[in-house]
Amino acid sequence: MNSLRTLLMALAGSSMLALSAQAVELNIVHGAIGKDNEVLRKELDRFEEKTGHTVNIVSMPESTTDQFGQYKLWLAAQSSDIDVYRIDVIGAPQIAEHFVDLTEHTKDIIGDFVPAAVESQTVDGKLVALPMFLGAPALYYRKDLLEKYGEPVPTTWQDMTETAKRIMEAERAEGNEAMWGFVFQGAPYEGLTCNAQEWIASFGGGRIVETDGSIGINNEKAAEALDLAASWVGTIAPEGVLNYQEEDSRGVFQSGNAVFMRNWNYAYALAAGEDSPVKGKFAVTTLPVGAEGERSAATLGGWHLGVAKYSKHQEEAIELVRFLNNYENQKERAIETSRPPTLTAVYDDPDVAEKQEFIPLWKPVVDNALPRPSAATKRKYNEVSSEFWTAVHDTLSGDGTAEENLRKLEAKLKRLRGSAW
Amino acid sequence: MLAVLAAVAAYPLIRTFYFSFTDASIDLIDEAQWVGFRNYLEYVDYGEGEGEYFGLLVDERWWRAVWNTLRFTFLSVTFETAFGLVVALVLNTNFRGRALVRAAVLIPWAIPTIVSAKMWAWMMHDQFGILNDMLMRLHVIAEPVAWTASDQTAMLAVLIVDVWKTTPFMALLILAGLQMIPADIYEAAKLDGISPVRVFWRVTWPLVLPAVLVAVVFRALDALRVFDIIYVLTPNNDATRTMSIFARENLFDFDQFAYGSAASTLLFLIIAMLTISFIWATRMNVEREE
Repeated sequence: MNSLRTLLMALAGSSMLALSAQAVELNIVHGAIGKDNEVLRKELDRFEEKTGHTVNIVSMPESTTDQFGQYKLWLAAQSSDIDVYRIDVIGAPQIAEHFVDLTEHTKDIIGDFVPAAVESQTVDGKLVALPMFLGAPALYYRKDLLEKYGEPVPTTWQDMTETAKRIMEAERAEGNEAMWGFVFQGAPYEGLTCNAQEWIASFGGGRIVETDGSIGINNEKAAEALDLAASWVGTIAPEGVLNYQEEDSRGVFQSGNAVFMRNWNYAYALAAGEDSPVKGKFAVTTLPVGAEGERSAATLGGWHLGVAKYSKHQEEAIELVRFLNNYENQKERAIETSRPPTLTAVYDDPDVAEKQEFIPLWKPVVDNALPRPSAATKRKYNEVSSEFWTAVHDTLSGDGTAEENLRKLEAKLKRLRGSAW
Repeated sequence: MLAVLAAVAAYPLIRTFYFSFTDASIDLIDEAQWVGFRNYLEYVDYGEGEGEYFGLLVDERWWRAVWNTLRFTFLSVTFETAFGLVVALVLNTNFRGRALVRAAVLIPWAIPTIVSAKMWAWMMHDQFGILNDMLMRLHVIAEPVAWTASDQTAMLAVLIVDVWKTTPFMALLILAGLQMIPADIYEAAKLDGISPVRVFWRVTWPLVLPAVLVAVVFRALDALRVFDIIYVLTPNNDATRTMSIFARENLFDFDQFAYGSAASTLLFLIIAMLTISFIWATRMNVEREE
């Protein structure tokens, strides 16, 4: 019996060898949310079948910050255990020196990708990670309430403020005590950086740090944007919004207690779910602008695949990254996990439109997507973001005016930058 | 034994000291260069008599964190000791079902901090939280309070959760002290007809004091390095950021491993100093003389 098994094993082994002369074992690491792992495994199985290589999934906690800390430790140790890292859009540029430059390896396909996504992963001309899927926020609104009160879908933040106030007050007068006008992510964390960057950019106030590394955040338009946002807290938004993250705001909106919500694409599938009280009552649109003529801005989110410099199988790892980002796999992810793809063409795919009606809706959102300045500020990005969200949070909670806080922020960022980012 | 101690305690400590004098960043630790005291204090001369101090010792945010930590420690330990003493006195009396009650009061302490902090975060939620609902029904507050969001109530929220969680621990330690007091003293006091208040101040309090002080030291040490409860309830809030939170933020979130190490080193020194001075001030007998 034993000898038979040995013989079979030997046979299996030799046929594997014949299949592919140098089958290798790869490890991919990521933090799984929802169906991520399941779908990825399916895709990896196809890759294994096609190439003969083996790929293991190393799973991580859900929190981006926790993942990033662990990634840094692995890379610090120059560990060859992990070949491919799935990393948050702002992550890879901060630790660019640990990743393989993918420019040459993706020359033939990079033109098909959403440009903003590629830009966000390019540091000093080096492509540190290949975009896998995107995240972008939109303005969620209660279609039924807007119709009930004969209000158009707002296009500017001021319109939104007024509409929200009117509907909120009318609903409350009708006995709907818990109704609020607008919910967003106001807790002092990365999410607030995303929100505030959108307000400021759509007012024409520029970015926190421009792509060339200059600091122009202390300007009138940025102050105007923050003043307006500060006026929301306690009027059209609950005071608790100062500690809201994504799920808190979704909770308020999905239970039917908010007219407007700013949130990422993931909330769409959940708010439209079978058990959702607002199912069929809401719709999404691009985020409002500060003034007529300005462009709507949505902060770019998403997850991308980088190949570690310390991988012993770089060639195969690059092959895997290319495979996972091909049309077929992106389409599958769009349908099964409702992740906005990074290939422009997938947005126009009729199958995707049929199965996930909101993915095409996200195309204009993604087109306007605004990367955070992680490529410009590199290793200091997290600290830049922290200084920024602190200045914004102070303004929102009435601790100093927007003008004062932006002036302080500018000084702090300049000191942080020193001679160069 | 000494070797084990050196490996698990001394080595990490010394390494942290070392990194605080370098420019290490977490993913490039091997490239760390010695920079002397720069992380603690550095005078940058701009020329012509102008210049500015940088470093942890002049970092406003750090001192804010130190102040937050001390405030949190003082308030939480004070309340926990007071409530713990009351609970212990109650549990020390004879009543039916005492064993059950003794076990029950320990529940908050037995729940992992991270779980109780998350639980309270939901209970204190401004829209769905049960706390606001209850207080509004009782007409204590007119509008929902955003407990963890506003700067005014953030520290209060953290204190409420910590006191709820740790009072049983204090009660347990003080109860152990109470049980050491011989019962015949009370019997004698009873025969002499001395009032219970007088018995407490003249008998119970002096005899239980050593146990209370030990409990206070234990608890204060814990409170000075408080992390999880604040990290879950009010992350990144200036009003509640403590020394541990500040250190972790620099070590892992920011690219400031050396600066975070310096913060950890100071945290260690501050705790050591406070503990030693407390033990000295209360003349606590650490090495028990038999």
